[in-house]
Amino acid sequence: MNLWQEYKRPASVMEAIQALTSASGPALPIAGGTDLLLDLKQGRHAPIHTLIDLTFVPEMTALEVRGDELYIGAAVPVNRVALDPLTGTHAQALVEACNLIAGPQVRNTATLGGNVAHALPAADGTIALTALEAQAEVAGVSGTRRMPFTSLFLGPGKSAIDKAKEIIVGFHLPLSTPHSASCFKRIMRPQGVALPILNCAIWLERVGDVVKDIHIAVGPGASTPFRATEAESALRGQALNEESIDRTVDALLGQAQFRTSARRATSDYRKHIVGGLFKDVLNTAWSRAG
Amino acid sequence: MNNKITFTVNSKPYSIEAVAGETLSTLLRERLRLTGTKIGCEEAECGACTVLVDGEPMMSCVYPAERADGKTIVTIEGLAERVHEEMKLHPLQEAFVEHGAVQCGFCIPGQIMTAYALLKRNPEPNSDDIRFALKDTLCRCAGYPSIENAILAAAQALRTGEPVQKPTHIPNSIHEHKTVGHSHLRPEAVEKVTGDAIYTDDLKFDGMLYAKAKRAMIPHGFLTKLDISKAKALKGVVAVLTASDVPAEKNHGLVIYDWPVMVGVGERVRYVGDALAIVAAESQEIAEQASALIEAEFDLQPVITNAVMAREEGVPQIHEKGNLLKHIKVRKGDMDTGFGEADIVLEHIFHTPATDHAFIEPECSIAVPLPDGRMEIYVGSQIPYQDRTQVARVMGWPEERVRIVGQLMGGGFGGKEDVMGQIHTAMLANVTQRPVKLLFDRRESLLVHPKRHATQIRVKIGAKKNGRLVAAETELYGDTGAYASLGEKVMTRATTHSAGPYDIPHVRADCYAMYTNNPPAGAFRGFGVTQSAFAVESMMDKLAEELNIDPVELRRMNALHVGSFTNTGQELKESVGLLECIDRVDAEMRKQNAHPFKPTIDSKNPNLVRAWGFASAYKNTGLGGGAPDISGADVELYADGTFQVRSSAAELGQGLVTVMRLVVSEEMAVAPEKVRVLVMDTDLTPNGGPTTASRQTFVTGNASRYAAKTLRDEISATMAEKYDVRPEQIRFEDGIVHVNGHSMSYSEIYNEMVALGKQPKVRYEYEAPKTTPLGQGGDMHFAFSFGVQAAEVEVNKITGEVRVLKVISANDVGMAVNPLGLQGQVEGGVMMGLGNCLTEEFIVENGVVVTDQLARYRVPGIMLTPEITAIIVEHPIASGPYGAKGVGEISSIPTTPAITNAIYNAVGVRFDKLPVDQEVIARELWEREGK
Repeated sequence: MNLWQEYKRPASVMEAIQALTSASGPALPIAGGTDLLLDLKQGRHAPIHTLIDLTFVPEMTALEVRGDELYIGAAVPVNRVALDPLTGTHAQALVEACNLIAGPQVRNTATLGGNVAHALPAADGTIALTALEAQAEVAGVSGTRRMPFTSLFLGPGKSAIDKAKEIIVGFHLPLSTPHSASCFKRIMRPQGVALPILNCAIWLERVGDVVKDIHIAVGPGASTPFRATEAESALRGQALNEESIDRTVDALLGQAQFRTSARRATSDYRKHIVGGLFKDVLNTAWSRAG
Repeated sequence: MNNKITFTVNSKPYSIEAVAGETLSTLLRERLRLTGTKIGCEEAECGACTVLVDGEPMMSCVYPAERADGKTIVTIEGLAERVHEEMKLHPLQEAFVEHGAVQCGFCIPGQIMTAYALLKRNPEPNSDDIRFALKDTLCRCAGYPSIENAILAAAQALRTGEPVQKPTHIPNSIHEHKTVGHSHLRPEAVEKVTGDAIYTDDLKFDGMLYAKAKRAMIPHGFLTKLDISKAKALKGVVAVLTASDVPAEKNHGLVIYDWPVMVGVGERVRYVGDALAIVAAESQEIAEQASALIEAEFDLQPVITNAVMAREEGVPQIHEKGNLLKHIKVRKGDMDTGFGEADIVLEHIFHTPATDHAFIEPECSIAVPLPDGRMEIYVGSQIPYQDRTQVARVMGWPEERVRIVGQLMGGGFGGKEDVMGQIHTAMLANVTQRPVKLLFDRRESLLVHPKRHATQIRVKIGAKKNGRLVAAETELYGDTGAYASLGEKVMTRATTHSAGPYDIPHVRADCYAMYTNNPPAGAFRGFGVTQSAFAVESMMDKLAEELNIDPVELRRMNALHVGSFTNTGQELKESVGLLECIDRVDAEMRKQNAHPFKPTIDSKNPNLVRAWGFASAYKNTGLGGGAPDISGADVELYADGTFQVRSSAAELGQGLVTVMRLVVSEEMAVAPEKVRVLVMDTDLTPNGGPTTASRQTFVTGNASRYAAKTLRDEISATMAEKYDVRPEQIRFEDGIVHVNGHSMSYSEIYNEMVALGKQPKVRYEYEAPKTTPLGQGGDMHFAFSFGVQAAEVEVNKITGEVRVLKVISANDVGMAVNPLGLQGQVEGGVMMGLGNCLTEEFIVENGVVVTDQLARYRVPGIMLTPEITAIIVEHPIASGPYGAKGVGEISSIPTTPAITNAIYNAVGVRFDKLPVDQEVIARELWEREGK
């Protein structure tokens, strides 16, 4: 009952795909492995023959500016994402999200790729990347392709990525511009599984008192990571004031589907607290952009 | 195809074959034998397994060993430097020792490694930085404030090159003595910070087999078929045993032998954790695989899910004598008279859930058969002699044929009183004639061992307009689960203490301790009083509000005092420090806020409201109720002038070993370092009785003291005779015995004694003052400790989130034997109480355990730690050692109601069910707004 039989450490993305598709038994890529190994240990995942460790692939552990984008390898530990000055400059929401994922030791191994691959509708890193309009780079046998971030998700726990054949290589984020900023916050409870009751990330660009552009992500606002597009429309191009904010919250409540999660939160509770969380995140992002 | 792993561990290069499926923690512990890295959960939740990989702290339990290829690893064993023959501790290690941050020690390697990485990155961390870094490194002894202070002190020492600053905030006892009453370090602290400390799972014996129990995993039914053939046929399996292999007594238990060693075909399964078969195999993996191959079939029965249901008519009876374990009654005065005199009567029902001890070290036993037919069992157990009895009875052996060799324990809190793997390993070792280890994983620990009783408690109190209590009636239901364990005792304590630490003329309490199909419930710090204190202290605040009396004043006017009679009719004749506890907590609280119970709105965020809450409690020291309360201790002088004190009392992190050392040091007038302590070995140490009921400082403290005194008297008598002086003229001072102008070292004394044919060794069996059974009046207990806490909370009115900001805790402990150790007990008590109130709920649905992982059962970490102010109150008790009584439990009991009362004072939401649910607060507030 070994958790795995073979362990491979490919040195490039193509080697990883090769190892994944040619393994002599069930194979899976492993980045941080903090969730996968527990799933294997606790019997939630069928035994694996080959684990393909992605943390030795330089392309997947790079974090750098490439042209007019910030590139974050999918196997970069979230702690590095949180501490790197580049993310501090270009992706504050992501820094804040990464600082809240699990605890410090787990953050040193857990990766954004893993956070995204689980396809949970309220994963902190995922919600931040949603608001930052990331794009994912996905590799398969036929090469790599770019996918819009939200197209990575099919449903709760269901990724559009076929883990037996494909690998998320990394994420591309737009660089920050003057008067743009982002923020991430969440609400937890101290009992039970460490999943947020609610989290929210906002990116916005501000011109004086006017919201020039805004992206709002709220988890869990739908079965996949949720972009509050109607709330965005309600605020885009508007002056920020109590009235416009209230309208935005109404639009958010109208579009999001807050469900009840056993032992975590009821739908009513989520609806009751989402406005406060949204305003808190919005105000912080707004003052950062000023 | 095997890869090589080439890496450096603690500056030493290794190149070894990779093993399929191996994690870094297993590689370090099993192959490199670096057992300082501990395994607490294997879920990446507890942090005990933290090591540094290329300078960063990682959980080695979820780190594939092969990923370590090319990397640099540092473990706890790599921090201290060898300078010549001496080990020079790293300042962090030194600071953890000096600040009393080390208790059971099991989490300490993880704490230190995490802190080490922090200081490398940030040499000048503040409190927030430390909390951020240690967020997921759990300490169940929960000395988080001491851990934080230790890290700050180490950081300063590293920056300045100065020696590590010692703590300055812990006062000495007000009762002056030479050694006791002053802060002293634990004798075993150094080995606990270097990783050298050996716990049971760190032991390996030649030819050792690994065991695994097959658990029923159904809550109620009859076992109709059990097929072990596939397991037996598996390569590497050495033995598979079932109920029919149990040699003699079929059941075990602490009071009642009602818990089957294994359930046999045709017999009743009473909870998910019942064992059906046990396997011994050449490796842990094979044992687990074999256990999974055992096939069982059941005739399922309806599940008794709670204590109230268990008492209903017509429900299935789980045990032959029925579902009622015990109806416990307290009667004092006359209820008609009492409630007739009352101007006001209040009544309410409260509920508390089961909770788990969540000691970071899971249960582990190793049985080793000896050539002469005896059996040694290595185990961390709170009651070694009871283990011996239970093993011997099941094996059909005389007790002496079994030797329990107690090991360091990574926490107990009451959860290591019942037998877990001791009998199973003894059976397997006996059959195979090889050593057998049975280590629980976290899931098995959560499923199998007894919990804190879930309760339903109805409290009805009557008072005069001026606040004087005249009557209290309580009705309790306690869910003792599938087996008795200590259920009757626990619920008796819950019942006798259910009207609080108050002087009430008319009291009636009825408790129904019921069997159900939930995991058993037994001892857990507080022993039932944690539950009833929540109920009665909530009622006290309700009453204060109804009568418009200050809650502190209400408690003060009703508080037990010298001359009061408890609810069981016991007159309190001395050592009742409750009023002083109330006054001192009150004063400290009002120093910070003159109107502590009025809500204060945060100046920056109007949604944040703060207020204080207050609660009092008492808790017996010792077994009481007529049970003989005895502990034995040996004190022996050796040729080198050192002493050893021995008793089979248990050290589970609480600090008993230090207490024993200090007591002997005091009595023999030698430095504490000259006194060695041996505990928990049934061959080598006399019976110290169970480590429960906050009793060991009292009983084994006394046994050690009287043994030392007797030895001193024997030395005096011998020297007096030899030198022809009166024994009173012989003085013991600073390690020297002064005899008529001669100054003799203890080494010389030893030689003199031996030359005269006298063995300088004394065994003393101490028996605590007699007690009477419940219902007979008189002294049901020989001592009580008193505790008062005030908590300041901050509640978010929108989200309902609760933060505990400050806790003031005063405890009347009689006398503080080791103030440094006491500090840890107080901090840990508050944190365990806080977990009980805010985070912990052991959830069982229809007999099936939902919280079967640490990830689902949250214990409080450093982030939730409030500022804790400890106030030590010392009303000595004449029969206690230097006046001391217990503190282990009282420090934890008032926390929950202090917090829930504070929440009520802040936002007007009253909790009658634990744990506090933020959504309930939010909902009540928004519904109120809506009205």
